[in-house]
Amino acid sequence: MVENPNNIEINPGDFAPLDKQAGPDKEKIAAPSLTFGQDVWRRLKANKTAFVSFIVLLLLFLMAFGGQALYHHDPNAQAPKYANLPPKIPGVNIHGLNGHITQSGQDVDAYKQAGASSSVHYVLGTDYLGRDLLARIMYGTRISLEIALIATLIDLTIGVGLGILSGWKGGRVDIFIQRIIEILSSIPSLVVMVLMATAFTKTGMASIIAALALINWTTMARLTRAQTLQLKNQDFILAARTLGESAPKIAWKHLLPNLSSVIIIQTMFTIPNAIFFEAFLSYIGIGISSPQASLGTLISDGQKNFQFLPYQMWYPAAVLIILMLAFNLLGDGLRDAFDPKSKR
Amino acid sequence: MPDERKKILEVHHLKQYFNVGKKDEVRAVDDVSFDIYEGETFGLVGESGSGKTTCGRAIIRLYDPTDGEIIFNGKDISKLKGKKEMHEFRREMQMIFQDPYASLNPRMKVKDIVAEGIDIHGLAKDDADRTKQVEDLLETVGLNKDHSSRYPHEFSGGQRQRIGIARALAVEPKFIIADEPISALDVSIQAQVVNLMKELQVKQNLTYLFIAHDLSMVKYISDRIGVMHYGKILEIGPADEVYGHPLHDYTKSLISAVPVPDPEFERNRKQVAYDETAEMDGKKRRMVEIAPGHFVRAAEDEVAMYTQRAVDAGLITE
Amino acid sequence: MENPENVIEVRNLEINFHTYAGEVKAIRDVSFDLRKGETLAIVGESGSGKSVTTRSLMGLLAPNAEIKKGSIMFHGDDIIKKSEKEMQHIRGKDIAMIFQDPMTSLDPTMRIGMQIAEPLMKHKGLKKKEAIAQALEMLKLVGITNPEGRINDYPYQFSGGMRQRIVIAIALVCYPEVLIADEPTTALDVTIQAQILDLMKDLQNRIDTSIIFITHDLGVVAGMADRVAVMYAGKIVEYGTVDEIFFNPQHPYTWGLLNSMPTLDTEGGSLSAIPGTPPDLLDPPVGDAFAARSDYAMKIDTQQEPPFFKVSDTHYAATWLLHPDAPKVTPPAEIVRRQQKFAAMQKPEAPIKSDTKE
Ligand SMILES: Nc1ncnc2c1ncn2[C@@H]1O[C@H](COP(=O)(O)OP(=O)(O)OP(=O)(O)O)[C@@H](O)[C@H]1O
Ligand SMILES: Nc1ncnc2c1ncn2[C@@H]1O[C@H](COP(=O)(O)OP(=O)(O)OP(=O)(O)O)[C@@H](O)[C@H]1O
Ligand SMILES: [Mg+2]
Ligand SMILES: [Mg+2]
Repeated sequence: MVENPNNIEINPGDFAPLDKQAGPDKEKIAAPSLTFGQDVWRRLKANKTAFVSFIVLLLLFLMAFGGQALYHHDPNAQAPKYANLPPKIPGVNIHGLNGHITQSGQDVDAYKQAGASSSVHYVLGTDYLGRDLLARIMYGTRISLEIALIATLIDLTIGVGLGILSGWKGGRVDIFIQRIIEILSSIPSLVVMVLMATAFTKTGMASIIAALALINWTTMARLTRAQTLQLKNQDFILAARTLGESAPKIAWKHLLPNLSSVIIIQTMFTIPNAIFFEAFLSYIGIGISSPQASLGTLISDGQKNFQFLPYQMWYPAAVLIILMLAFNLLGDGLRDAFDPKSKR
Repeated sequence: MPDERKKILEVHHLKQYFNVGKKDEVRAVDDVSFDIYEGETFGLVGESGSGKTTCGRAIIRLYDPTDGEIIFNGKDISKLKGKKEMHEFRREMQMIFQDPYASLNPRMKVKDIVAEGIDIHGLAKDDADRTKQVEDLLETVGLNKDHSSRYPHEFSGGQRQRIGIARALAVEPKFIIADEPISALDVSIQAQVVNLMKELQVKQNLTYLFIAHDLSMVKYISDRIGVMHYGKILEIGPADEVYGHPLHDYTKSLISAVPVPDPEFERNRKQVAYDETAEMDGKKRRMVEIAPGHFVRAAEDEVAMYTQRAVDAGLITE
Repeated sequence: MENPENVIEVRNLEINFHTYAGEVKAIRDVSFDLRKGETLAIVGESGSGKSVTTRSLMGLLAPNAEIKKGSIMFHGDDIIKKSEKEMQHIRGKDIAMIFQDPMTSLDPTMRIGMQIAEPLMKHKGLKKKEAIAQALEMLKLVGITNPEGRINDYPYQFSGGMRQRIVIAIALVCYPEVLIADEPTTALDVTIQAQILDLMKDLQNRIDTSIIFITHDLGVVAGMADRVAVMYAGKIVEYGTVDEIFFNPQHPYTWGLLNSMPTLDTEGGSLSAIPGTPPDLLDPPVGDAFAARSDYAMKIDTQQEPPFFKVSDTHYAATWLLHPDAPKVTPPAEIVRRQQKFAAMQKPEAPIKSDTKE
C-alpha cells in the first residue's frame, strides 16, 4: 500500500537528538481559559432568539425602572377633559398615531375636539380619566415586575433552602418537607389568593406577593431537591466530606454553584408566571386596585373601552405578552446554554 | 505470625449493610477483617459489586458502619462521635477517587480545590502562605502552577487525577484510600499516576489502601492483596504469593481472566471457571492462616485441602 | 477496491470539528483496510480519534464534524457520499456497532426479544413471528441460559454482562459483514470480559464477520486482534499483525504504550510512564506529533512529518527512526526483550530476519 518514500529531503543534523529542555512544555494547556459563566454567555449569544429576548427584556426593564427619568409624566395625574384621547406622536401622520379617530365613519381629530392645544400630545393616548397611558404602562410594568421579582426572590430563598435541606438530610426531614409540598401544591392558587386577601384585610402588593411566594416555592424546592440528591453522592462532595467540611459549607461552596443553572432556568419560568398571575388577579379585581396601576389593572381598565378605543387594552396587553414571551424564550435559551450536552 | 511492623489500621468483623431491616437489605460488606501495616500498600481487588468501595468508605467514615471495629492508630474510629475527634481524624486519612471528572467541583478553580483542606483545617497563616502551599502541592504532583486559576474541565483525565491527589495531600494525611484511582485513565497515563503515588509514599511515608479491579496493576503496586467477593474477603496474602500461587478457587479464576499484553500467552490462555455456589453451602467460615501471612476464608473441613495446596505450591513445607 | 480481500478501504481520511475555539483536527490523514473475517484492533490514547474514525464508517458523526478529505470504500461505494437514507440501510444490516455501555444501548422499555427481532423486521422484511424465532436462536448463540424463558424480559432484569451479550445479539442478528466494537468490555469485570471476548471470537468464526475492535487495553488486543493499528493524535502511527506490534514494535509511542504496562515480572522500581499529555488537536504540532513526549525525538521530528516506512509486507511505521540515515537507537529494555522473543519466533520458518527495516 505505502512504499518506502525516497524523495525526502534530509539536511545534515536532522537526526540530531532533540534538546528536551528547549522543547515545548509537556503539560501546557493551549486553549484559552473560559470560566463557566463566560462559556454560558458565549453559547447564549450564539442563540439568536434567546439573545434578542435578553435585549428586549433589558429594554423593558430600563423602560419600567428608568423611563420616568426621560418621560416626565405623572401616571396618576388626571385630566378629565383630555379623557380617552388616542395616541398622538408629533410629526407622525399615520392613522392611529396622529391623534385622529374614526367616529361614525368620519375621520376626526380627537385632540381638536377635546380642545387641546397643538402642544398637547400623548404618545400612547390617555385613559378614561385622561391619564397618560404611556406613563401608566411604564408605571404598571414596574409594579408588575416588582411584584414578580420580589415574589420570585422569596420563593427562591424558601424553595432552594428547603430543597437542599430535604435532599441533603433525607430521612424524616425529607418526608416531612415532601408532605408539606404535596399539600400546598394540591390547593388551587386562587384559593390561596383569596385566603391571603382575607389575611391581609386589604388586597394589594403584599398579599399578592405572599400568595405568589406561597404557591411557587414548591416547584423550586422539588427541583433543587432532585438535583441535590444527585449531587450529594458525587465524588467531589464526598471529597469535601472526607476533608471535614461542614454541611452548611458544603451547601454553600459545592451545592449552590452546581445548582445555579437549575435555579436560574427555573427562575426564568417563575417570573413570567408570577407576572401573569398578578395580571390575572388584578384583572379579576382581587389584586392591585385602581388608582394604582399594574399591567393587570391597565388591561382591565382598557377592556371597558375595548370596542371604541381598543388601543387602551392593546398596549398594556402587548407589553404583557412581550414580557412573558421574552422570559420564556430566554429561559429556553439558558437551558440550552447551561446544558453540557449541547456543548460545542 | 508475629509481625514487628506497626499496624496502622485494624479492621475487625466490619459489617456495612444498607437499608437494614427493609426488604431490599444489601449486605455490601459482611464480616470483613484485615490489618494494614504502616508504610505498606494493601490492595483490595474483586469484581464489580463485591463491596470494595463500600469497605473503603466505611473505613474513612463516609458511612456509619453497621457493626465491627476499625482501629486506626490505636483508636477505634468506628465509634467516633465528637465533632472535634472527627475533625482530627479527617486530617489523618484521605481519599483519592475513581472518576477524575466527578471528583472535582466543576465550578471551582484548581487552586481553591487544592486548598480546600488547607482552608478547612486552617493550615495557612495568610493568603500568601496559602498560595505558596498550593503551588508547592501542584509542583509535587507535576502540574504547571501557572494553571492554578483554571477550571477542572480544562485538564485531561490524568492531570485531573493529579489535582485530586494534591487535594488529598494538602492536609498531610498518613493514610490514603485510593478507590480505583487509575481505572478511568489511559494505560500510559496510569503509569504516571501510579509512579507519582509510589514516589509520594516513600517521601511522605504514606500508607495506602489501593482498591482496583485491574489485577496486574494491583500486584505491581501492592505489598499485600485482599481478594473480595460478595462482601467477604476470601484470601489475603503477600502480593506475589496471591498472584503467583493463589489458594482460593475464586482468586484462581480471577487471575486466569486477566488479559496479558502478549499475543502468544493469550493464544494459549486457559480460563479457570469458578463455581460460586461453593461459597453458599451454609458452612461456617473464618480466615485461616494457611501459610505465613497468607489467609484463606475456609470452613474447618477445608483447611486441610488449602494446606495441601500451599504445600504443593511450595509456600510451606510439611 | 484495490484488494479483493478488503471489505473496507479507508483512504486519506481527514475530519475536522468546528468549535468556538477553532477547528479541532481530529482525524489527520488516516488510511487503513479491513480484510474479510479478520479482527483489526485500533489502540491509542483517549482523544486520539478511534471513535471518530469508526463513527465515520457508520455515518454517525456529530453535526459539527466536517469530512475534509478522503474516502471510505465499502463494496466499491464511497460511504461518505451516501445519503442518510442509504446509510440507514447499511447500518445494522451490513455494518453493525457495539458501544461501551450496555446500559444505554438498550431500550429500557422494550422486551429484549423484540429488540433483537427489530433489525430483522426492518432490514430483512421478516414477519414478527419469524423474527422472534430467529431472535431466540441468537439468544442461544450468545449464551443466555433458558432463552425461551427470558426472551420477554426487560433489560433491567439482566446483569451487566448479560446485557452486553444481548447488545451483541442485536448487532449480529443480521449477520453483518462488519462489526465495529467500541470498547465493548471496558465497563465489565475481567471474568465477564473474558467470556464476552470468547463469545465474540466464537461468533466471528461462525458467521465470518470482520471486526474493528477499539480498546485501550493492550491485553485485550493481544487476545483478540489479527492486526493492530496504533493511533496517536488523529493519525495511525504504526500498523502490523498482532505479533509484529507486540513483539517487534517500531514507533516510540508503541514502545511507550507497551512499556508502561506492568508485566508479571515487573518488580519494584517505577513504571516507565509516557510523560506529559497528548497534543491539543486545535493546533497539532508540526512533524511527529509524539516528539514532545518522546525520549527518542530528533530534530527532524519537529520539522517534517514522518512518512510510513515499511518494516515488512504487513508492517509499517511512521517514525524517522526507521530512516536509513537515522542513528540506531536502543529501545527500552522491555521492548528489547520482546524483540528478542520475536526473533526467536521467526527462526523456525525463515533464517534470521533483520527486525528494523527491510
Ligand atoms: N448507598 C447504597 N445503598 C444501597 N446499596 C448500596 C449502596 N452502596 C452500594 N450498595 C450496594 O452494595 C454492593 C457493593 O457495592 P460497592 O460499590 O461497594 O462495590 P464495588 O466492589 O466497589 O464495585 P465496583 O467495582 O463496581 O465499584 C452493591 O451490590 C451495591 O449495589
Ligand atoms: N463533536 C465534537 N466536537 C468537537 N470535537 C470533537 C467532537 N467529537 C470528538 N471530538 C474530538 O476529536 C478527538 C477524537 O475523539 P475520539 O472520540 O475519536 O477519541 P477516542 O480515541 O475515541 O478517545 P476515547 O478513548 O476517549 O474514546 C478528540 O480530541 C475530541 O475532543
Ligand atoms: Mg467501587
Ligand atoms: Mg472513544
